[in-house]
Amino acid sequence: MSHLHLAVALDGAGWHPAAWRAPDARPDELFTARYWTDLVTEAEKGLVDFVTIEDSLGPQSTKIDGPDDRTDQVRGRLDAVLIAARVAPHTRRIGLVPTAVVTHTEPFHLAKAIATLDYVSTGRAGVRVRVSGSSSEARHFGRREFPEFRLPLPDASGGFVEDLFDEAADYVEVLRRLWDSWEDDAEIRDVATGRFIDRDKLHYIDFEGRWFSVKGPSITPRPPQGQPPVTALGHATVPYRLAARAADIAYVTPHDPRQAREIEREVRAEQATAGRAADPLHVFADLVVFLDENPAAAARRKSQLDELAGTEYGSDAAVFTGTPAQLADQLIEWRDAGLSGFRLRPGAIPHDLTAITRALVPELQRRGAFRREYEATTLRGLLGLARPANRYAA
Amino acid sequence: MNKPLKQIHLAASFPGVNNTTVWSHPDSGSQIEFTSFTHLARTAERAKFDFFFLAEGLRLREQHGKIYDLDVVGRPDTFTVLAALAAVTDRLGLAGTINSTFNEPYEVARQFASLDHLSAGRAAWNVVTSWDAFTGENFRRGGFLPQDQRYDRARQFLTAAGKLFGSWRGDEIVADTETGVFLTDPRAGEFAHRDAHFDISGRFTVPRSPQGRPVILQAGDSDEGREFAASSADAIFSRHATLEAGQAFYADVKARLARYGRTPEQLVVLPAATFVLADTDADATELARDVRRAQVSGQTAIKLLEQLWNRDLSAYDPEGPLPEIDPLVGEPTIAPGRASIRLYRDPLAVARQWRELAEAKNLSIRELITEVTERHTFVGSPRTVAASINDLVQADAADGFVLAPYVTPGGLDEFADKVVPLLQERKVFRTDYTGSTLRAHLGIDTRSTAR
Repeated sequence: MSHLHLAVALDGAGWHPAAWRAPDARPDELFTARYWTDLVTEAEKGLVDFVTIEDSLGPQSTKIDGPDDRTDQVRGRLDAVLIAARVAPHTRRIGLVPTAVVTHTEPFHLAKAIATLDYVSTGRAGVRVRVSGSSSEARHFGRREFPEFRLPLPDASGGFVEDLFDEAADYVEVLRRLWDSWEDDAEIRDVATGRFIDRDKLHYIDFEGRWFSVKGPSITPRPPQGQPPVTALGHATVPYRLAARAADIAYVTPHDPRQAREIEREVRAEQATAGRAADPLHVFADLVVFLDENPAAAARRKSQLDELAGTEYGSDAAVFTGTPAQLADQLIEWRDAGLSGFRLRPGAIPHDLTAITRALVPELQRRGAFRREYEATTLRGLLGLARPANRYAA
Repeated sequence: MNKPLKQIHLAASFPGVNNTTVWSHPDSGSQIEFTSFTHLARTAERAKFDFFFLAEGLRLREQHGKIYDLDVVGRPDTFTVLAALAAVTDRLGLAGTINSTFNEPYEVARQFASLDHLSAGRAAWNVVTSWDAFTGENFRRGGFLPQDQRYDRARQFLTAAGKLFGSWRGDEIVADTETGVFLTDPRAGEFAHRDAHFDISGRFTVPRSPQGRPVILQAGDSDEGREFAASSADAIFSRHATLEAGQAFYADVKARLARYGRTPEQLVVLPAATFVLADTDADATELARDVRRAQVSGQTAIKLLEQLWNRDLSAYDPEGPLPEIDPLVGEPTIAPGRASIRLYRDPLAVARQWRELAEAKNLSIRELITEVTERHTFVGSPRTVAASINDLVQADAADGFVLAPYVTPGGLDEFADKVVPLLQERKVFRTDYTGSTLRAHLGIDTRSTAR
């Protein structure tokens, strides 16, 4: 049986809005390096492929656009790329995949940030690109005016969302070109000719698009992995298309194996349309998980959190409550529907994180469905992705 | 003299992408692997330095429209490498250059506030104000800023960032699991800022960081730059590391502070400095000569000469005399975006000076360039160097120095092992950190950051 891939999605005290009130939560440490180091170190003990770290250019909110002024939930967060960098020297094998917003920000800055994350982690960096359509976040930058974001989108939105995702695809194209803008052997240190680099192995990327143009080359040499994996979450055709055009991993949110199969097929069709049918593209399902030794305990713990939150928790992703063995059953069943891995969102941290690393992972190992040790030193290696050739190399 | 001894401040600059860094040296290591950054930062922390400093340049340098290949090329992202260094050091300040032209306040404030949290209060920001269209070609907005507006934008950028840093008071998060109150203030992080350059409003995501805001560094030497530092910076870098020039600069910037209701101790003056150490002064002088020869190769001499002449001089022999032709006057085009070029405000006059010097001393192009471009600040035995540093600080030519080793990453080792103990013996440099934040190391009044 082939192994499945596992990622853990870290966000504050966990994905349930009342998770910070759980007895073992550490809500007053959410803004410390120690908290994040502990979490990622725990995930690494569980041999998971990578962690993602959530981020946004505005506060968490129950509203789709703008702050909700709530004081009973965690508000505020640190920059995810910097959390990943801070944790990198304390870990050795686990991949580090921060979220980065690709609307408003500069592709040149993000390219060197992720390349640098790849250097400080010696080949374990990735990035999850995220689009921001929020008018309130646009006002934080004051460079573009966005209409108030509403769902469903009004008919007169004039391709607003499609444009944001097209811009994101351009953005990822620039990241990838900048990562390749130095060939691997560009640094020559040739004392005889006095040259530190062979300038013929550095390349202008000369990207020109609707939203920006970028000259290049990067100021940072090609990162250890060549191309750190790019990942994106999607719930509909337009974001699937972004992942299919530009990413190495698509996170999707099916609620049953049939949906998993349908979504996987749609992503593959978009991939073929984008002319990337031959490229490896992982499709991972996102799942929010509440795990305990027996199903009743897991359900009870979730409903207690619901009670504290004052409302029943729902999510874009399917919500699983049960035992690690039941979850292992489900992951294998869904994997057989065409998925190559899962991004598990712990309902509450540390409880559901340690349940993943100390109970789910051993369960999957017993079934021959998960690694028993890290088999590679880079994130690409863990994901079965070869180190790519440089697009500019002769 | 009854004046109490001043305590010296020291910072370590990661060797830069210029000809100060001798990459051909047998001990020269990687400029990009994290192990090099760790080595230098840990050496600086072992020596109880105030901070580590990393410069930034957002476009690879070019000359004659070609990427400049004689110096070190390639560097990391400032924020990312500083955040990683926070994991391998405990007390050392972590300072980096971040451009106020090709960034937006919301993002930069988020990153610095995050770095300050993740380093438990050790972040510092060197605010630079480039404007050139050459660098702008790598960014969304391109070269949008006229040169004369760069300090305007920097000032307003800093004001906007200051509002963001101050948008959380620091007491909002109570995280009371019993009552379910995470925040006491529903509008925590609320901000609005509007001026000629920015019109932004909303909510800031990062709660108040340990230092309130990062320590602010500034490096401008012009009248405008000094004024900017006097109004807004906690420390100012300079190029004036000799006694007379240092004292003049020191007196000038300290005198500007009163205008902003600030006291002289609130701006730390830190000239950039290089050093060459050997067991004896004579050995150091000889070594310094060798280092200068490595820093200024024949090719490098021609390239540096071209930056003043503003024209192609590749046909000239570096071991021969200066060109007969005059510099091309006008907009410097040969090496766009390069700050050093702006130093030559009157190229014809400088060229005349150089010619006179070359004639008087019978210097070749290479010898002349070696003579007139940046020279070592401190050369000698550890005892000599320690004495020079202390003398300059006690004479108010500086409050300390930002030291740039010429070898990566071990170029500070000898200084840490041999010079620092001598300064400690003289009781002018700390033997251990007494505070945990960079603000504490610099002795900057923390009350000035309170809201």
